[in-house]
Amino acid sequence: MKKLALIIFCLMIAVISFSQEKTKKYAKIPSVDIKTIDGESFNTSEISNDGKPIILSFWALWCKPCIREMTAIADVYEDWVDETGVKLYAISIDDTRSSAKVLPTINGKGWEYEVLLDPNGDFKRAMNVNMIPHTFLLNGKGEIVWQHTSFSEGSELELYELVQKVAKGEDISE
Amino acid sequence: MNKKTSYFHNYDKKYLFMKKITLLILLTIIFGIFPFSLKAQNFLDGGQVHGNFQIDAQYYEPDDKIGADTVQEKFLMNAFGNIIYTNGDFTAGFRYELYLNPLEGFDKRLEGNGIPYRFATYKKDKFEITVGNFYDQFGSGLIFRAYEEWNLGIDNSVDGIRVKINPFKGVTFKGIYGKQRYFWDKSPGIVRGADADFFLNDIFKKWQEKETKITIGGSFVSVYQPDDPGLKLHLPLNVAAFAGRFNISNGKVNFSGEYAYKINDPDQINNFIYKNGEALLLTASYSQKGLGVLLAAKRIDNMSYKSNRLESSYALDVNFLPPLTKQHTYSMAAMYPYATQPNGEMGLQAQVVYTIPKKSKLGGKYGTSIAVNYSIVNSIDKKKINDTIPIDEYGTLGYKSDFFKVGDVKYFNDFNIEVTKKISKKWKLIASYLNILYNIEVVEGHPGEEMVHANIGILDMTYKFTPKKSLRFEYQQLFTKQDKGDWLAFMLEYTIAPKWFFSVMDQYNYGNPDNNKQLHYYTISAGYSNKANRIALSYGRQRQGIICVGGVCREVPASNGLTLTISSSF
Repeated sequence: MKKLALIIFCLMIAVISFSQEKTKKYAKIPSVDIKTIDGESFNTSEISNDGKPIILSFWALWCKPCIREMTAIADVYEDWVDETGVKLYAISIDDTRSSAKVLPTINGKGWEYEVLLDPNGDFKRAMNVNMIPHTFLLNGKGEIVWQHTSFSEGSELELYELVQKVAKGEDISE
Repeated sequence: MNKKTSYFHNYDKKYLFMKKITLLILLTIIFGIFPFSLKAQNFLDGGQVHGNFQIDAQYYEPDDKIGADTVQEKFLMNAFGNIIYTNGDFTAGFRYELYLNPLEGFDKRLEGNGIPYRFATYKKDKFEITVGNFYDQFGSGLIFRAYEEWNLGIDNSVDGIRVKINPFKGVTFKGIYGKQRYFWDKSPGIVRGADADFFLNDIFKKWQEKETKITIGGSFVSVYQPDDPGLKLHLPLNVAAFAGRFNISNGKVNFSGEYAYKINDPDQINNFIYKNGEALLLTASYSQKGLGVLLAAKRIDNMSYKSNRLESSYALDVNFLPPLTKQHTYSMAAMYPYATQPNGEMGLQAQVVYTIPKKSKLGGKYGTSIAVNYSIVNSIDKKKINDTIPIDEYGTLGYKSDFFKVGDVKYFNDFNIEVTKKISKKWKLIASYLNILYNIEVVEGHPGEEMVHANIGILDMTYKFTPKKSLRFEYQQLFTKQDKGDWLAFMLEYTIAPKWFFSVMDQYNYGNPDNNKQLHYYTISAGYSNKANRIALSYGRQRQGIICVGGVCREVPASNGLTLTISSSF
């Protein structure tokens, strides 16, 4: 019975994925309850930026490449915001070992991002994030148009090229 | 003759019957499921399927020098695939896992493959229900946390029912009920719990506009496990735990805390003593642009909480006791990682992050960021309950403890400083120094080993050839007179953003007191990422050590060979 149920489930998925091909729809952000930096409950469906592009970046204090990415973007973030109106949500997956350190670290480093806390990885799981840093780019309608895992120096340049295209309303899918 | 005919007759009947059934199934498929699937397609319009995969595989080569045993299978693999289907208010998904056989260093009990995780969730307005497996956490997790950590092979998800209700804005109630995952089986104990969370600014109209934001919460958990006559103890069959918490924040200042209490819970970890358990966690921080200060304190007393009182490994933890120490990632800095001692510890942590502004004399053109962190963890005070019973004696009250008195056994000390500086458009620099005191006897459970004092220096430099091509150089040195003596490590990493990386690394235990063990642990790796797909290969030696995530650690044996990692999300 279990196997049969699984086969049916897989068939359903196949059917659905075919139906998706035709309409070519972009995924939206799932609705998950996480926390703001003040400890207030926050539903991820409220992530928005007045029709302008959004960057969602999953990171943690213990992740060196994540910190490198955050630092690299921080250097140019003001310009990005001025030119495209983009907003970066930094989703910290630090658990309670280090989640209290997120606010003082963000401020201490002088980063101007919107920071959200996902201490038990609920949003991370819902977004199918395997490894961090994992960065998503959303268009003005809140649709996920691009994503990338890992960071190396200069990756922020590719991200910004895409942000500019999305800000102009271009379709960046290949 | 007659008999034979009837036999054939019967056979014909059976055959016909089978045929009929097959036909029926076919007809059902054609006329039943096909239109249904078309309907389903309409019904499922707006549905989305997404998921992720990961494969970690290693080919092992025996290596006597580093103590890497022969792996009979030669090739081992851990892998998973997650599939999630969402449609409006409905979400369902499953995860397939495979450990054939588990990679070296992972729990052998993981061996096998199958679907240990599947769930369905319905969420409408103020109400959410999940059946199947789920993860969750009450407050900071002191009495309940179900989570997964692929890299450690940890998954204590609860298989059961979870309900979440938001009756008013700012109020959240949660209830959970089920059994925890135990590798390919389930816990003998049943975990039940409830949690309430109140965001006062939403509840009281007067407070809505206030800058100070206050959250309070409380939770209750109970674990039922049948009696175990073999232990010859009068056991509590229902072990209850309570916790209360608060969080006050006004932008710059944040103050939060949680206190937890657990009734007597004799188990394998505490040597079956009847003492109650307590945990306290307090954190205060102040921050403004360019400066962040944090102070944290905690006390843990007999707080191991499991859904099987006989389990002695990390498996079947109902709660999570976070260590209040910084988690290091550079290989030498991570040589001596701390893990919480559930039977008792007291700790303090302080951290300052300061950024010297851009274009100042000290800050330089791009500014300089400095982070200083200090943590100390000691035992708790333990006194005999009376003259005749030794501390922690099986089946007794165990010990008495003064709440505010710090025990005299040092578990861990860590002072570290890190300077991050962008020197020019081409050069970036991170320099760190660490001073660590590590009670290897207690933390790793190696009786008789000497306390480790280590000094570590790390230099991490990045040079950009072009905006997308850069070379990173890491040099690390660890000095200690104990354990395996001095180490040095270097790494060169060349990256072509955003897709390629190549690296070579060597860790050299030149100070090992045993001349035969002054070995090199070299590794070469390469990787390719495209969008959310990543593939990496590495070849070389892995030193025996400890991998930790979030304060939970796993011992990794020495190994030699080729490692492949493939990861993909869609």
